[in-house]
Amino acid sequence: MTATLQAERRPGSPAPRVRGDSSAPWLLLLLPALVLLALCFVYPLARLLVASLQDPVPGVGNYTDLLRSQVFRNVLGRTFLTSAIVCLTCFVLGYPYAYLMTVVSRRTRSLLLAVVLIPFWTSLMVRTFSWLVLLQDNGVINDTLAALGVGRLELVRNTTGVTIGMAQVMLPFAVLPMYAVMQKIDRRLLRAAESCGAKPVSAFARIYFPLSLPGVAAGMSITFVVSLGFFITPQLLGSPSNAMLSQLMYTEITQLGKWGYGAAMGFILLATALIILGLVRVASRARPALAGGAK
Amino acid sequence: MRRARPGRVLLAAVCFLIGVWLVLPTLVAVPVSFTPVRSFAVPTESPSLRWYVNFFTDQRWLDALRNSLVIAASTSVIATAVGTVAALALDRARVRGKGLAAALLLTPSIVPIILLGLGVYYVFLRWDLVGTFTGLILAHSVTAIPLVVQPVSASLARHDRGLEQAAASLGAPPVTVLRQVTLPLIAPGVLSGAVFAFIWSFDEVVLSIFLTSPDLQTLPVLMFNAVTQVLDPTIAAASTMILFLTTTLILVGFRMGAKEMTTRGA
Repeated sequence: MTATLQAERRPGSPAPRVRGDSSAPWLLLLLPALVLLALCFVYPLARLLVASLQDPVPGVGNYTDLLRSQVFRNVLGRTFLTSAIVCLTCFVLGYPYAYLMTVVSRRTRSLLLAVVLIPFWTSLMVRTFSWLVLLQDNGVINDTLAALGVGRLELVRNTTGVTIGMAQVMLPFAVLPMYAVMQKIDRRLLRAAESCGAKPVSAFARIYFPLSLPGVAAGMSITFVVSLGFFITPQLLGSPSNAMLSQLMYTEITQLGKWGYGAAMGFILLATALIILGLVRVASRARPALAGGAK
Repeated sequence: MRRARPGRVLLAAVCFLIGVWLVLPTLVAVPVSFTPVRSFAVPTESPSLRWYVNFFTDQRWLDALRNSLVIAASTSVIATAVGTVAALALDRARVRGKGLAAALLLTPSIVPIILLGLGVYYVFLRWDLVGTFTGLILAHSVTAIPLVVQPVSASLARHDRGLEQAAASLGAPPVTVLRQVTLPLIAPGVLSGAVFAFIWSFDEVVLSIFLTSPDLQTLPVLMFNAVTQVLDPTIAAASTMILFLTTTLILVGFRMGAKEMTTRGA
């Protein structure tokens, strides 16, 4: 449709000449990227999908076996639970953080933004290693707790360590969408409510919070979905006895060579992620209050 | 203007603590790297450089560092070239299916990286690319494309199209317009893309765990293996140097005008 519009406009104005008087050469420029994607992204995933349906025997056996397997169901449940805890942690920490970003001066806001983006920019290995050092039984945190008379806690090689490490990685994913929505909320609504006699707390709870929900929905869904696929953090800060899904996949394939089985797990993971993102998007369309959260 | 409420002070205090939690833990690698003893504890004795000496005299660490630099530089060049022309094409071409192509270019950042790692491993085993520079560079490049397309597209969307039209109307052929007008205008976006891609590849662990071999290790993979197997504070020295390198790169990128360096598809 856009192509026809372009053709109709062409005789009149010079603008379309520069923009795209012939689309073919421009499309050629897309070719390297598409070839690379086809060879190293689409084809591998397609081959893996085929493997999940053919290896060792053709059919959906891998998938039905998985859904019947108690080990898989436990790991899936643990993966969901861990992701939910991480998601909740990111909400509890990220919501006030994003809110503060909307009420401070421009300079402070840039600083807050830089701080929350630091996890994007520091090496995952370095950060995970640092958490290991801090959380270990005789690490800085436990030494401090012991000196304070609290006693040493088991902070690593369990779900606590995994949650702490993952929440730090995921916080920017939660803060940015929430900030994007909060920034657009008209704060005069709060003042109007208060001038009509509402207490600040109830004005916040009944006006501001519902308006910020699109951001919360977007931030929480992306946090949850990305958390489902974590590998390095649980591998280093967790223990084999509380493995997450990606660790089980890794073991099945690299140690047991069960390609089809491991691949099937991966596609269940991918399908879950897409379904959750799709549901949040549908909910956003259905409820106008969530409308801004589609991004 | 409203006066600061006690609630606001509490909020600021809580957020300060969150900031501390985001930044400080990572820096613990720095003091640990100067420990004189074989331990992951913050040293109380006089500092020592022995783990840095160890890093630069141990062939395994040196090889891993060199491999990582080669792979990250190649990834950055490939992803920047491929991603920049793709972003240009998406910006200029007026055809059906462009939206689909745009979406496809960004999908590598949505699929769980462990799944992609398995897929690439599965295929690259058959193509004899596991344990080769080519394999690692290809896998890193394809996942780095979104990191280049996003800032370049943002640059393209922002700049003044009138300058190109002026150049064209004065008789400059399209290639000259592209080289002398468009590319300088979008240079900041291209530069951020290049920095993103370099850092992405230099830090990447999951794909690399599948694609490295005992003979070809990258720095993050060597750290991953070392941390699970031995108590070696050389990891802390390596971490400190990685922190220094990536921070420098980002600051240099910012100084050179890379404005789109805000988010990164992880």
